[in-house]
Amino acid sequence: MNWDLFPQFLATGLLTGGIYSLIALGLVLIYKASRVFNFAQGHLLMLGAFITWWFTENLGWDVWLAFAAAIGLAIIAGWLVERVALRPLIGQPILATVMMTLALSQVLQGVTILAFGAYQRSLPYLFPIQPIVLGDIRLKLNLALAFVLAMLGFIIFVLFFRFTRAGLAMRAAAEDHQLAQSVGLSVPRIFGMAWAIASVVATVCGVLLANISGVELTLSLIALKAFPAVLFGGLESIPGAIVGGLTVGILESLVGGLPQDPALRALHLGDIAPYVFMLIVLWFRPDGLFGLKRIERI
Amino acid sequence: MLKLNNIEVVYSDVILVLRGVSLEVGDGQIVALLGANGAGKTTTLKSISGLLRTELGQVTRGNIEFNGARLDRLLPEQIVRHGIIQVLEGRRLFAHLTVEENLIAGTLAHGNGRTKTDVEMVYTYFPRLRDLRRRVSGYLSGGEQQMVVIGRALMAHPKLMLLDEPSLGLAPLIVREIFEVIQKINQQEKTAILLVEQIAQAALAIAHHGYVMETGRIVLDGPADKLRENEDIKEFYLGLTQLGERKSYREVKHYKRRKRWLG
Ligand SMILES: Nc1ncnc2c1ncn2[C@@H]1O[C@H](COP(=O)(O)OP(=O)(O)O)[C@@H](O)[C@H]1O
Ligand SMILES: [Mg+2]
Repeated sequence: MNWDLFPQFLATGLLTGGIYSLIALGLVLIYKASRVFNFAQGHLLMLGAFITWWFTENLGWDVWLAFAAAIGLAIIAGWLVERVALRPLIGQPILATVMMTLALSQVLQGVTILAFGAYQRSLPYLFPIQPIVLGDIRLKLNLALAFVLAMLGFIIFVLFFRFTRAGLAMRAAAEDHQLAQSVGLSVPRIFGMAWAIASVVATVCGVLLANISGVELTLSLIALKAFPAVLFGGLESIPGAIVGGLTVGILESLVGGLPQDPALRALHLGDIAPYVFMLIVLWFRPDGLFGLKRIERI
Repeated sequence: MLKLNNIEVVYSDVILVLRGVSLEVGDGQIVALLGANGAGKTTTLKSISGLLRTELGQVTRGNIEFNGARLDRLLPEQIVRHGIIQVLEGRRLFAHLTVEENLIAGTLAHGNGRTKTDVEMVYTYFPRLRDLRRRVSGYLSGGEQQMVVIGRALMAHPKLMLLDEPSLGLAPLIVREIFEVIQKINQQEKTAILLVEQIAQAALAIAHHGYVMETGRIVLDGPADKLRENEDIKEFYLGLTQLGERKSYREVKHYKRRKRWLG
């Protein structure tokens, strides 16, 4: 074991975990609003990264401008996906909607390949990549700032839910669809809003990740890190998303990085650890760490 | 203002629940809709508010008019915009939201402009809610929750409020308090109220007009003071005999049979 590197792996894990948290937030949003688990979140993320790349490459836009434009498109894409693919399934068995999000992930993959080709692309850096040194820990400024941006995004959404009327409408609808309709809210419209926001969140994550590892089709697989995060954080819980995401990042980095034995490293334990941890947590707390308690009163 | 013309309601295309219900609510009136469990009172309210759709129900015959507009084809959110709010049975609130958030939720379909003064208006009707405004509503007592849901409906300044058994499961003292406020809302805000109840006497005490429902039909209606004196109502819908004892279900059933013969 490389215990000397413990702080280093802890710090890198934490920073990566910040981005996982934001991916998890996207999943939680859609689940809270409509009880749909969105298996296509990773593909929305990948698409966002490719679109940003396309703007920089073909229109010669500054990467930040391309980023902003991709976010604008993400709003439309998310809304459209809900309108076209999911709305017809409202009221159908939950399995149907799950299959639909799986189908959606394949469609998005196909569209990305057709539109942008299946090549690895590189995006101009959003941030300078010089290393920063804190005692024993060396971090890329790039990653550190991506973390800051992810957390900032997270905070903005939390404030949005807490303090705006649209946020209140989303929280209300998340609790009880029929009751929300009885006060005059349009529940389908709220689903559309949830998808639009989740799609924006996905694009932000996609661009942040692309800055670290490049723009490629495998970006969609990163959502696999967010699945255990939301499951053990609690599918309906925003605090759960952040704690879950950070935990996955840290576990992955520590378990993947600390063992020195080549045989052990070959097992890629870092990828498995979050899932094992998730199983243990769910064994004791089936609703996840922060699962909503049903308030029951008579 | 509200007119149900001979409506028939079917759930899931096969379950016939309302069989030709007609009723009217005039401007500024309180109208009581009485009847035992399963009579179809809630279904009647849901067919007015459009929430029937959320339960695969449908108005298959007849129509519903509100100030001249047809309601029975509209979505719930469109009906809310016509000024009709249903307060669902069982004090349904957004349990994880605070009292004040619940109240503001009542305005989400409308503008933002008056939210602050409207919240204050609700607190003048239900002063207790002012102290509870930051509390998570799911943890309030039943009576307080009933105040929240009526207050939330009030926030939308409805022309017509549909109240579904506000007394359900509450202590008599609280029921009296709630009914007083309902009457006050009717008088001060000029809100018409269609009040569904099983406690006939309390409802008729504040209502102008009353209807009695039984297995999907209106079997009796009239001015509230007349109904209050009606022996059938006293005996069966109050659930009390002259001795003040609860009638057994068998006897009520017997009554229904007799009613069918007569009706
Ligand atoms: N969603 C539904 N689907 C099928 N049947 C229903 C539904 N809701 C109510 N019913 C039936 O309709 C009848 C009337 O119910 P309801 O309107 O709730 O009566 P009440 O409010 O007077 O107790 C009952 O027999 C009930 O079982
Ligand atoms: Mg009922």
